[in-house]
Amino acid sequence: MSDTVIKADNIGKKYRVAHKKHAPYTALRDVVAEKAKALGQRIFSTFNTLSRDSSSEDFWALKNISFDVKQGECIGIIGHNGAGKSTLLKILSRITEPTTGRIRINGLVGSLLEVGTGFHPELTGRENIFLNGAILGMSKSEIKLKFDKIVAFAEVEKFLDTPVKRYSSGMYVRLAFAVAAHLETEILLVDEVLAVGDIEFQKKCLGKMQDIGEKEGRTVLFVSHQLFAIRTLCQKAVWLDSGHIVKMGPTFEVVRSYEKKVLQSPEKSSSIVKRRSADVKNKTFYIGQIEMLDTKDENTNIFSYKNSFVIFIDFLGECESNNFAVEFRIYKDSGEYACTGVSNLLHDISFQKDTKRVRIDIGPLILTNGKYNISFRLLAGMRILDIWNDACSFHIIECHPFALRREIKRPVCVIQHTFCAVE
Amino acid sequence: MTTKQDIQRRSERELIIEAGRTEKQYWKDLWNYRELFYFLAWRDILVRYKQTAIGIAWAILRPFLTMLVLTIIFGKLARFPSGSAPYPILVFAAMLPWQFFSNSLTECSNSLIGNAGLISKVYFPRLVIPTSSVIVSFVDFLLSGAILLGLMAWYNFWPTWRILALPLLILISFGAAMGTGLWISAMNVKYRDFRYIVPFLVQFGLYISPVGFASSVVPEKWRLLYSINPMVGVIDGFRWAILSKDVVIYVPGFILSMSLVTFLFLGGMWYFRKTERTFADVI
Repeated sequence: MSDTVIKADNIGKKYRVAHKKHAPYTALRDVVAEKAKALGQRIFSTFNTLSRDSSSEDFWALKNISFDVKQGECIGIIGHNGAGKSTLLKILSRITEPTTGRIRINGLVGSLLEVGTGFHPELTGRENIFLNGAILGMSKSEIKLKFDKIVAFAEVEKFLDTPVKRYSSGMYVRLAFAVAAHLETEILLVDEVLAVGDIEFQKKCLGKMQDIGEKEGRTVLFVSHQLFAIRTLCQKAVWLDSGHIVKMGPTFEVVRSYEKKVLQSPEKSSSIVKRRSADVKNKTFYIGQIEMLDTKDENTNIFSYKNSFVIFIDFLGECESNNFAVEFRIYKDSGEYACTGVSNLLHDISFQKDTKRVRIDIGPLILTNGKYNISFRLLAGMRILDIWNDACSFHIIECHPFALRREIKRPVCVIQHTFCAVE
Repeated sequence: MTTKQDIQRRSERELIIEAGRTEKQYWKDLWNYRELFYFLAWRDILVRYKQTAIGIAWAILRPFLTMLVLTIIFGKLARFPSGSAPYPILVFAAMLPWQFFSNSLTECSNSLIGNAGLISKVYFPRLVIPTSSVIVSFVDFLLSGAILLGLMAWYNFWPTWRILALPLLILISFGAAMGTGLWISAMNVKYRDFRYIVPFLVQFGLYISPVGFASSVVPEKWRLLYSINPMVGVIDGFRWAILSKDVVIYVPGFILSMSLVTFLFLGGMWYFRKTERTFADVI
């Protein structure tokens, strides 16, 4: 097919893993010592057949990977750390060779595996733009042509003739990303480079990436842990796990099953959280434990969109005032304030000082996909008795109305909830 | 600014990635990345003299001082013969290729390790890196050449037609520097021991190569053995071209040295190409 730009056939990459605590490189003395040992073993192996070399083992970072990429497609690659995502990009960009298989690529490949590769701290911003551009494969005339755009994108006009070692880290990554973003190849391989700079700049980067994919019609392979970015940028996704393709197809399907799988692994989710004793030093009255349940009374912290859930709060210690109020705040994992609920202000409910347990019904959850953290406060009038920040967290998956390709900016909202005391 | 034509042209480039199959594209890639040679060399030169008070003058001062020391020790104290040429010129004619060689070796040995970040994150023909190191040393070589011209003017010493052979000799010293550099840089990726061996080699080499003295000092029966050091042939060649007629080349030795240089260069190229594909995994 003429519009297939990348055709990968049965790629595999084998690494040899040493079991001993080796440095990544070998020292000549080790080789000499090993050779001597091996010689010794060969001599004695007639007596002892068990002394085989077991110090290293083959490890397949990728195995049986086959896929096709068509012209203009933007493909997201997701998976755990060590799933083989970066190795795949390294093979496609020819940094390392595959052990097996064959890849056919039509068109020029540019790869952005790291932001600021080849930046030299002693050189000025201007010099680094040229150097970095050349390393990424741009010609001098091409860089000259794009120079002003790069500088404007990075917002470093004033500091062009300052060595980058004197840049703030934000300026540094902005400049680095700007150079890389102006690389014009037909195929672009991108590895987790969007997570740089402040929120504003990240949005700018995301926008730039969108332009590359949609407006310029270039083919992009994109590795990221930010599922949000994958959803926004890619139409198709590949889920890798320990070197194999688990699932491949439309982004929303692949990402959904990935999220389900990831969140179900037990260590990730804990629906009962106990307070650490270090948190409650010098406090007389505080929250001791949080428990989260779904509407079927099962402990969980994974909910779908429009689900409701229940939180039980257990109190410890002696309350000094006669009654107290409970407040909760839900934050997005990125730190943005999402919504809140307060017992006294919104419901005129205060709890007696001997209340030991409170139930909060929260929902339906009108929140987009992702992880959320809940913070709690106990209040007596204007006085704060206890604050427990990021006490527990929950995940929203399968958020259909928001499984769109654009971010929906939501204001802080008060969601439907009720409070009542439990005897 | 990619036009349709551009895309058309580029699309004709089909790339096949397979184990053990980099050979075909390699030399084409090397040409495509030709600007990178320049940029990496430019970076190294720029960086070397950043934040120094006298800047590029170091490139002139260092060989000049070395020449002074060698002239005093070998010429004045040990009273080695220098033929009809002034001793400083005899020393300097040899120091040009020697410093080029030793600088290349030092720069090359750490070049790949020093650019580990690049190697593991970006593709380009790895040959670019050690070659740029040699180019950097070559710039130093040219600057030193200016001192030689100054010295010759000072002593009112005129070269003969033999000076025309100099470009060829420079090419040979390039081959020697490049060949050894390739070996050392590639070996250093896997065996870091070489970074300790090289400074020793360079220091040692200054004394076993005929830098501070003419190679005619060496007894005739040892000359062939002495020429096993490939730099002996290169240095003799330089002296032959720059100094006056009384320098005679010891032909068997010169041929031996030249074949060794050729061997070093081709072998270095072969070894580098062989190990290059694993650099990103090992470094």
